[in-house]
Amino acid sequence: MTFDEIKAKAMSEWEALEHSDKPRILIGAATCGRASGALTMLEAINSELAQHNIEATIIQVGCIGLCYAEPLVDIVKPNRPRICYGNVTPEIIPQLIQDYIIKDNPRSDLALGTIGDGSIKDIPKLFELPMLKPQVRIVLRNCGIIDPENINHYIARDGYSGLVKALGMKPEEVIEEIKRSGLRGRGGAGFPTGLKWEFCRKSPGKVKYLICNADEGDPGAFMNRSLLEGDPHAVLEGMLIGAYAIGATEGYIYIRAEYPLAIERLELALRQMADYGLLGDNILGSNFSFHIKIKQGAGAFVCGEETALMVSIEGKRGMPRSRPPFPAQSGLWGKPTNINNVGTWGHVSAVLQRDSNWYASYGSEKSKGTKVFALAGKVNRTGLIEVPMGISLQEIIYGIGGGIPDDKRFKAVQTGGPSGGFLPANLLNLPVDYESLTQAGSIMGSGGMIVLDEDNCIVETAKFFLSFTQVESCGKCVLCRLGTKQMLDILEDITTGKGKLEDIDLLIDLAEAVKVGSLCGLGGTAPNPVLTTIRYFRDEYEAHINEKRCPALACLELISYYILPDKCEGCGICLRDCPSEAISGGKRLVHIIDQSKCSKCGTCLDVCPTRFSAVVKVSGEKVEVPSEPVPVVATKKIHEPS
Amino acid sequence: MTPDVKEQLDELLSPYSGESGDLIPILQEVQERFGYLPRQVMQKIAKFLRLPESIVYGVGTFYAQFKFVPTGKRIVKVCRGTACHVRGGARLLCEVERHLGIKPGETTDNLEYSLETIACFGSCALAPVIVIDKNVYGRMTTKKVATVFL
Repeated sequence: MTFDEIKAKAMSEWEALEHSDKPRILIGAATCGRASGALTMLEAINSELAQHNIEATIIQVGCIGLCYAEPLVDIVKPNRPRICYGNVTPEIIPQLIQDYIIKDNPRSDLALGTIGDGSIKDIPKLFELPMLKPQVRIVLRNCGIIDPENINHYIARDGYSGLVKALGMKPEEVIEEIKRSGLRGRGGAGFPTGLKWEFCRKSPGKVKYLICNADEGDPGAFMNRSLLEGDPHAVLEGMLIGAYAIGATEGYIYIRAEYPLAIERLELALRQMADYGLLGDNILGSNFSFHIKIKQGAGAFVCGEETALMVSIEGKRGMPRSRPPFPAQSGLWGKPTNINNVGTWGHVSAVLQRDSNWYASYGSEKSKGTKVFALAGKVNRTGLIEVPMGISLQEIIYGIGGGIPDDKRFKAVQTGGPSGGFLPANLLNLPVDYESLTQAGSIMGSGGMIVLDEDNCIVETAKFFLSFTQVESCGKCVLCRLGTKQMLDILEDITTGKGKLEDIDLLIDLAEAVKVGSLCGLGGTAPNPVLTTIRYFRDEYEAHINEKRCPALACLELISYYILPDKCEGCGICLRDCPSEAISGGKRLVHIIDQSKCSKCGTCLDVCPTRFSAVVKVSGEKVEVPSEPVPVVATKKIHEPS
Repeated sequence: MTPDVKEQLDELLSPYSGESGDLIPILQEVQERFGYLPRQVMQKIAKFLRLPESIVYGVGTFYAQFKFVPTGKRIVKVCRGTACHVRGGARLLCEVERHLGIKPGETTDNLEYSLETIACFGSCALAPVIVIDKNVYGRMTTKKVATVFL
């Protein structure tokens, strides 16, 4: 079949679906959808439909990015816009089917919004909601909209038209187009993509390799997973365009094993491409041939680094090497290799499907286009977002994210994963682009964006990041291997009350040495969390060291739980629930926590009835309590009526 | 090596041509099938790929996915990623340790459960997360721990 024939077939299938006279039910069933119960919803839906003898088309779609409202179930009735329902439970399913599908009551009380043309009374348009309105979904254009396991859906929505356009251009022209778009690598380093391709193109040799880095090891990042699960062809088309441009004959997708659904969908997508002549020898009847293999990671964060990734594909220990030579000159098995992140490939297919001018109209002067972020942590609307570069942190966290839950105070936002930094409240107006973030001491990174509030200890969180990079260090460079360990030991001392005055300067010294003395990005950026926290939150370090106090009340060795004698009513709940049997007391006797047995689990604070609120968590101070349980009345002060 | 293990290994190796670049995928299949990398299996693989045993062992010890002692029937993985950590991941791990009676890297006496920590599953918006075999449990609390093991 020619591509025109393929496309015609795909379009007619998509049109038939859009204009079907059967209701359609779409469930967000990517990994996060499943983790919040999507498959249970699916069972409930099938059962309810069977009970009422209703025929409906059910499609499992990818992530539309509203993770905070998962599980999401969307219903499309003939001639009506699609309605998105959030926080769906198995109890709500029968109501939706009976009230809306059967009785035509769209249940605006349960709906989040509508998608598509037309509107329904009392239900807002989904993409006008605060979480979605500022977003520009280029890479995520199909996620949550199409069935990721149906290549025809992708093709019907301009899929592979970018490849067809590219095949009609010279490879050098494709490279120029990517350069004009201003696209920079989305893996974190932000190197101009077109330039990188050009280096590889110009390297001599017939055998060249193309790699998709799907290792996504940053904790807190799920941009790549969501794209691969929700729209794998967007990435694959990008890879084909890149392979044509640089002259590669073979490609690898290096994907971490912790993403089984993404792997499954990629394997299916590759088979579908082959069936349509979009992969293999003489693609779409042209002279361009390209084959793709999938390689699974085996649990090493350092293999996200390009040189380590390549040796891992070669079957060796994933230890980085120095550059030059760069992969573009000598990479996989010594051949010229171009490696780009999943997200970058998704942007490439979009650029070729439209054009570089359109793409470059988004973003800021040096950071063109859009970026996908995984917004997580202490924020009301956690999820996957795609925004134009240059948007402010304020707009992301408060506008899109809806601010901090429970009215807590914002403390910091962490960008760039373990390689990045923490930015404080007075930097919320910072535009999110490569240069601004780097100047502030952080990095763009792959897209993880984690919000911390007043209950998170900044020193402890910096320690957490360092403990991660320390474990993942491959061990090759002395300064990375030993320097991170020493820094971690110092942070351990600080968070357990053993910190010394000199520790802060020693940390800075070590940090700078580790950065300079490491040959790869892991060691080169591992100290960043520590450096930014010292830069912006030095007072927290000083409180830990000088006062043995954790301002966030988080560091276990520095906090204590006490039962206030003038509030305790002797109800006995905390004594009963304490897993360490550290509480003594009796009925109507003031309960006392034995500090030597207390494991700081916080159960007593959780279970003490709110009307008593007798348990407090403190740091850096002592609370006076009786030496043994005394009758409640004896110590109770007379409280003024409030 | 028991005849059964030998037969399974031969079957596992049959699609491979003996290229050293296949070492990691082969080890991954062994890990999946046997639950760990038995010593004699590693020796056989070294022969098959014409690599020194030390190289095979070196690769096995480098990657976190590979274990050298048998694991339990069900693998419990608690996420120690940033988003999970910031939302109480450490306390969740304590509760799972208490419930199972083992620490990360260990297996229960009845060989039913093994406990591990994983850097990140990529379900950060649903932090904190536990994975048992292939089932992902999001928005976990210490109270819910008992229910996921039923």
